[in-house]
Amino acid sequence: MKKEEVPQDGNNMHEGTFKQLFYATDNAGQYVPVTSVGWEPENVAMQQAWEEINERVEKARAQVVAGEVSPIVYYMEKTIMDLPLLASYVGKFQWQVKRHMKPAVFNKLSDKMLYKYAAAFKISVQELKNIK
Amino acid sequence: MDEVLEVMSDIQFNHEQTAHCESGVISNIFRHYGLHISEPMAFGIGAGIFFGHLPFVKVNGVPGTTYRVVPGAIFKRVCKRLGVKMESQTFSSPEKGMEALDRVLETGRPVGLLSSVYYLPYFPPAYRFHFNAHNLVAFGKDGDNYRISDPIMETVTEIDPKSLAEARFAKGFPAPKGKMYYPVEVPKKVSFEQPIREGIKQACSDMLNIPLPFFGVKGMRFLAKRLKHYPEKVGDRKAVLYLGNIIRMQEEIGTGGAGFRFMYAAFLQEAAGILKREELSALSAELTKIGDTWRNFAFNAGRVCKSRSVNNVSYTELSEMLMQCAAEEEVLFRKLSKVKL
Repeated sequence: MKKEEVPQDGNNMHEGTFKQLFYATDNAGQYVPVTSVGWEPENVAMQQAWEEINERVEKARAQVVAGEVSPIVYYMEKTIMDLPLLASYVGKFQWQVKRHMKPAVFNKLSDKMLYKYAAAFKISVQELKNIK
Repeated sequence: MDEVLEVMSDIQFNHEQTAHCESGVISNIFRHYGLHISEPMAFGIGAGIFFGHLPFVKVNGVPGTTYRVVPGAIFKRVCKRLGVKMESQTFSSPEKGMEALDRVLETGRPVGLLSSVYYLPYFPPAYRFHFNAHNLVAFGKDGDNYRISDPIMETVTEIDPKSLAEARFAKGFPAPKGKMYYPVEVPKKVSFEQPIREGIKQACSDMLNIPLPFFGVKGMRFLAKRLKHYPEKVGDRKAVLYLGNIIRMQEEIGTGGAGFRFMYAAFLQEAAGILKREELSALSAELTKIGDTWRNFAFNAGRVCKSRSVNNVSYTELSEMLMQCAAEEEVLFRKLSKVKL
């Protein structure tokens, strides 16, 4: 990649605050560091990854509102966690966390357990119980 | 009292932005001790270039692809080859880990830290995934806040103690467990010649000789074959997600795959000057072209992702491009392994 070919496809994801560094060749073929504000294919892939996350969050929200799952599912998607990661944050087995995803089980969780989930999601217990 | 403490822990740290966190931290920390090593040189001596595709290691349901060696390996190899002695520790609790960090900072040493980007507030939000193998340097305190040289950022920054503790003690795989590291013995004068030879030898072996289908140029072909059948195997929607992940792993900060090809080419160029081997310059130029082939692959993959039009022709074409990358890299590393160094 030549110095002049280093892509400069900015988009709002970098928020104008962040430039990446690349190694590219100058006219004499010598490698030099060059900064870039972004590249279209990467932007597309990144955007797509976030769209996927947002879709999952919205789906989870709808399921919580419909009473199908507990708010844990919604906040897990929102914080981009998966079951193994969430289980390790609250110090439980995956099957236990899965149980807590049932509204009936969730409603009977102890304050201590609710606090653990709230802490993992960085929200208050109040927010955990009532999703926005 | 506060002022005194501030002065005590205030050290000068010469931050330079780099392309990749691990080789960048090496370059920045070593420079602090008078050992000047460029980022590409650290990457090359540490034999950082690699390829791996592990369909059974899934991150958020998407199979993993890597363009570099396992995190931490570059560091270990560079230290061993240059004779730098590092102290490295992990901790059972955030309190102990933060306390130990403070103690080392008080002695005026910059400290390398393993962390999760998800908890780094200064990162652009779009990049904040649960990626646990990011490296950064803490080099002092400003009141309660820590002064940070993050190698992929343009300038130095600060972080509050709560966020830093969260980042250092993130859960998941691999869990950083507050890992911190700092040099205790850095030779004033080093010769790069032998370390370069060892680094090149190891890179060639990793790319060509691992007897498993997932790694090196074999891994590229393995991915190429699987990629071809994504649409019929996993469905259109997932196929696009899988493809998107390959691009992200290839081009995203800290992981840039084509970027690693260019960085290794920069290393070969520098090595050519040090070892006085013209052949290495020629191979550097060849690898630059291979990096461009990778970028071409990412460009076309990006178009497939964007249009979301799944026709099998496009996946077949992408698969062929990957086969091309594999063929070219195989030739390059075979030649490189035959250069008399």
